Amino acid sequence: MKPLSAILIFGLPVVVILGFWAMALFDRRNATGPRTATFIERNGWPVSIYLILGVGIWMLVLIVLPQLYMVDYSFHPKLPSSARGGPRDFYTLQNYQYFLFGSTQSTAEWNVTHLNAFWMTIVISIFITILNFVICYPMAYFLAQVGTPGQVRTYMLLLIIPYWVNELLRAFAFGILFGTGGVINKLLIGAGLLGTPIDFIGRDIALYAGLTYAYLLLMMFPLYNAIEALDHNQVEAARDLGAPWWHIHLNVVMPFAKPGIASGCTLVFMLAAGALAAPLVLGGPKSLWFTPIVYDRFYQAFNWNQGSAYALILLLTCIAFVLLVMRLFKVSFSEIAR
Amino acid sequence: MSADVDLDNVSIRFGDFTAVRQANLKIKGGEFFSILGPSGCGKTTLLRAISGFLDPSEGEIRIGGKSMVGIGPNLRPTALIFQNLALFPLMTVAENIGYGLRVRGVAKADRSAKVKDLLNLVALPDQGAKRISELSGGQKQRVAIARALAVEPQVLLLDEPLSALDLRLRQHMRNELRSIQRRVGITFIYITHDQGEALTMSDRVAVMNAGVIEQVGDGRSVYDDPKTTFVASFVGENNDFEGTVVSADGAEAVVDTALGRLKGRRGEGVKTGDKASLFIRPERLRIASNGETPVITADVSSQAFEGNATQLFLRGPADKMISVSLSRRDDLGPIATGQKLGLSFAPKDAVVLATGSTR
Amino acid sequence: MSSSLIWRVMMGFYITAFFGFLFGPLIVMGMSAFNTPQYPQAYPIEGLTLEWFGVLFSDRGLMEGLWNSLIIGVMVVALSVPLGLAGALVMTQVYSRARSLYYLVVVSPVLTPGVILGISTVIFWRDVADWIGSERVYNGMFLSTLGQSTYISAYCMLIFMSRLQRYDRGQEEAALDLGASPTQVFFHILLPYLKPAVISAAVIAFLSSFENYNTTTFAILADKTLTTVLAGRVRQGTTPAISALAVVIIVVSIIGALLFEIARRAEANREQARTDAATRAERAELGEPVLV
Repeated sequence: MKPLSAILIFGLPVVVILGFWAMALFDRRNATGPRTATFIERNGWPVSIYLILGVGIWMLVLIVLPQLYMVDYSFHPKLPSSARGGPRDFYTLQNYQYFLFGSTQSTAEWNVTHLNAFWMTIVISIFITILNFVICYPMAYFLAQVGTPGQVRTYMLLLIIPYWVNELLRAFAFGILFGTGGVINKLLIGAGLLGTPIDFIGRDIALYAGLTYAYLLLMMFPLYNAIEALDHNQVEAARDLGAPWWHIHLNVVMPFAKPGIASGCTLVFMLAAGALAAPLVLGGPKSLWFTPIVYDRFYQAFNWNQGSAYALILLLTCIAFVLLVMRLFKVSFSEIAR
Repeated sequence: MSADVDLDNVSIRFGDFTAVRQANLKIKGGEFFSILGPSGCGKTTLLRAISGFLDPSEGEIRIGGKSMVGIGPNLRPTALIFQNLALFPLMTVAENIGYGLRVRGVAKADRSAKVKDLLNLVALPDQGAKRISELSGGQKQRVAIARALAVEPQVLLLDEPLSALDLRLRQHMRNELRSIQRRVGITFIYITHDQGEALTMSDRVAVMNAGVIEQVGDGRSVYDDPKTTFVASFVGENNDFEGTVVSADGAEAVVDTALGRLKGRRGEGVKTGDKASLFIRPERLRIASNGETPVITADVSSQAFEGNATQLFLRGPADKMISVSLSRRDDLGPIATGQKLGLSFAPKDAVVLATGSTR
Repeated sequence: MSSSLIWRVMMGFYITAFFGFLFGPLIVMGMSAFNTPQYPQAYPIEGLTLEWFGVLFSDRGLMEGLWNSLIIGVMVVALSVPLGLAGALVMTQVYSRARSLYYLVVVSPVLTPGVILGISTVIFWRDVADWIGSERVYNGMFLSTLGQSTYISAYCMLIFMSRLQRYDRGQEEAALDLGASPTQVFFHILLPYLKPAVISAAVIAFLSSFENYNTTTFAILADKTLTTVLAGRVRQGTTPAISALAVVIIVVSIIGALLFEIARRAEANREQARTDAATRAERAELGEPVLV
């Protein structure tokens, strides 16, 4: 690979680690209290080696390096492995150009299909997130503040059971429900409301319903945890003061549960936008969800560089969303990450 | 085998805060030595430094003549009984006691024999298989002691071990600890804020306040001959009459207080003109007999008959409260509240110490 | 008072609708597993049959996928649990100014879409295979393990961190004081304390790995796992054997959950017996009558 890439990808983490190590040594030298044990003294040699290797492998080999690699990949053209790093290799934005304009040469026409899919994915995901929140909030509140312990335990158990089933199977179940010969169509026809079956799948309704369904639990638990921490007396006090129920929720419960709401929204959005299984199973012939397009770039068009660019676009969108939510809700990162 | 413990000008600082200031102690091998002081005075910090969990910022700690600089807690010939005992909850009693032997590579058979002996020593025979969560507070104490003794330390350090126990149990455990120490013969360093404990159990006591060791001595000398105002008021009950020194020569000093001029033994460094207090113990004050000129005159405010003694509380000039303890032998029968009484004491029984005096 | 009644009714309606939405699709699917028509159909019930379960178990592709999923699951547990433990321990000891960045980095895989983890793993190791000249590392099972472990280690780490919060460091000091070396403290005191967390982490790691699709589908290359085979079958439109699979999974999960609950109750009873013994000992010590 090109030397600049190598330096950036491998050098960056090394520099950061050495930087912190130097800072730590410096702080230690200037410390005024009694001498605290060093890392190796505290853990002994065998355990220290285990810790350093373990964390090192995890952070570098599994997390950071592959990601940096992918980022770098997206800025190179598609070349056979022998040609990479050589004279035919160069830095380019052509993969991103493809995303926007459908071609690496011209910028004449917009890549309507892909851009449309991207845009729709984002919008629908946001919509699904909000819908998820609306559906889950009352239940979360009920479990956290109103229900008796017995009720709570039963309902929690009931909540978890569907999620033991694989997401593909759950999507499949929706397929059965919404198919032309499916339950819903049969019921509607049988009740005389419909003449011919509606093509739910072709119209993506099955997909959206399936996506909403898929991540309910992930909105529910952060919400539940956040609301549970609220001292019920606050709600009582507000009620005593004569506040109507919607006022209590808007101004007492929700502000308190902000980290939980932010957490749930972030998770649901990212899983929905990054969903692969449900669109595969429930997507009609015309439906385009962004992540399956990424998959196609990889294993249909076999253009890994483009695939990386698309993946990076997805990643940046998710990061942007997280930052937006953090700003909007005024919560910090650690409050979101469960 | 027991060892001497020497603290040589030991200071321990945390940033701007000095927890222990220039501590100098020479603890003799085999003695039961207490460090007595209120919460936050630095005694736990000092104990942890002796154990090896802290390094002093200055000074040196020697055990058995050997410097402990740079030697970690697992390599020192000490064993520490933590305030919350820190027993291993996932191990049985026998496994707890045998742990020190296990990490030293002692064979299982030898370990079991030793554990059995120790269980007998601390009066917990046949309790080896129990889990820690099945034990009472007193039993846990004894397991902690047995566990520490198993490694045959030269010095045993105890961090307020009895403070969490019920009152009756505390009395019983005091005697047990003392007898264990005598039997095993090693140096015990015992820290507490309860001066009754310190006095009854120890050979010698060090009184500590705000990081400074104010006085070291046996129980009697710390009680009868306090060298600082803190020691005088912290150890036992004491009457504290403040004033200015009007004469200080030889062995006696006179202090001009709100209750008049009082004479007592001259504390070290007390000179005329110093702000000082005269300290006299309640049991050293007696009611002046007929014909004797009383040193202090005051009105009886209240009294409490305690069976073996009577506590009298009098209000003197400037509303100063005086407490007097009368034994049955001095008892003159019930005294009317409001009655004026004359009190007297021998100057040698009182001591004059300069206010704010520390070592 | 009637407004409270209205509330109750609305709440009841909502809860029923909620669980109806949650379980509806599954019940429908479950019914189709027993229904005779070849295309998964829940209504009307034309006949009851178990033939789809038979078809399920004789599906070679599915069984091969199942086997691979199990192997990958075990490998993921073997990798993620130690990594997660190391991560949690370092969390408590890392240089304070680096702590937030450290946390950000190790938790980021949880928030990263699974597809990106799969893609980056494949790209990176493709080149690694070239550098070290061995195609052996460029293997679907190995890469899936790595890709999944990236985020599953974070789950394990969070589990360990939560268990470590209530850890009494005093025990470690006591052990040191008695002469143990730091390594001995690790093995004698810390690991036994963490045993319940190790078990939880292992179970969660296995289950998460088993049901993962997004990352695996990229990283599995030429091999297949249960989820990728399933995806293939479902796309092709298939027999109710798939529904039968769902029923099997649910039944197995419920049995597992029941067993877990039984074990938990038994342990709680044992613990209660011990506390009772302690109370009796306390009373005896103080000379009070032993009433328990």
